Amino acid sequence: MSSQQNIEIKVERLPAGIVLRPMGDIDLSRAPAFRLEIANSLKDNTLTVFIDLGQVPYMDSSGVATLVEALQLTNQAGVKLALYGLQERVRSIFEIARLDKVFKITETFEQAQED
Amino acid sequence: MTSPSSAPDIQLHLTSNPKYLASVRGMILSLSETVGFDVVDSGHIALAVDETLANIIRHGYELRENEPIHVAIWLLKDETPGIRIVIEDEARQVEPEDICGRDLEDIKPGGLGVHIINDVMCESSIEKRESKGMRVTLLKHLKNKNVDCTENSNTTR
Repeated sequence: MSSQQNIEIKVERLPAGIVLRPMGDIDLSRAPAFRLEIANSLKDNTLTVFIDLGQVPYMDSSGVATLVEALQLTNQAGVKLALYGLQERVRSIFEIARLDKVFKITETFEQAQED
Repeated sequence: MTSPSSAPDIQLHLTSNPKYLASVRGMILSLSETVGFDVVDSGHIALAVDETLANIIRHGYELRENEPIHVAIWLLKDETPGIRIVIEDEARQVEPEDICGRDLEDIKPGGLGVHIINDVMCESSIEKRESKGMRVTLLKHLKNKNVDCTENSNTTR
């Protein structure tokens, strides 16, 4: 039985950038697939990657690590990264890890587009 | 942290496949709610267990899938009600004092599991088992006027 699980990620290409919308929990089993999808999104030559976490009810440190990697990759590529729609349980893990001030985190997509 | 004297209320034996993490989280969430923890604390307990299991799978067993993990759960009903969870593995042993999270000011992937566990549980400890493997003990009390969890007691032995 493979330990890695796929994760459904809806991708939307907009003038503002590319929006990734993962569906479901992001833990050790699904983080690798999430990482791969984020890396693929950077091949789009987009200016901004938006990650809508509104459909992610749970994330552990594996998921957070994947987003930290994404932040490093986007910084290197000169691409902006914005997270939005975090559910309370997911937001709390960012606060525990003191990453809530490191990432651009907003409630809505509209707010995420603002500079 | 003193060892429990009574038999656990629930015991779970699983193999080190990350696919099972979601199921264990669901069970811990449900059990925590039956003890009386609210939604937030139940979620935190499930998170702490998940982080512990992920550390075992990732670091102890180096992502090998068919290794044993044992979870024992006590639903505490005495004057300080809460939940105690003991998680044991049969992986390589390490010195407990070598298990520490990264400096949170040093922004990089990884190294958060230990911080999360220590932050959300009232008490947590890690020690070598007698024969092989490690043992992690997690304890969380229900909030009441007699119990203040804000000053965590997190130890390594």
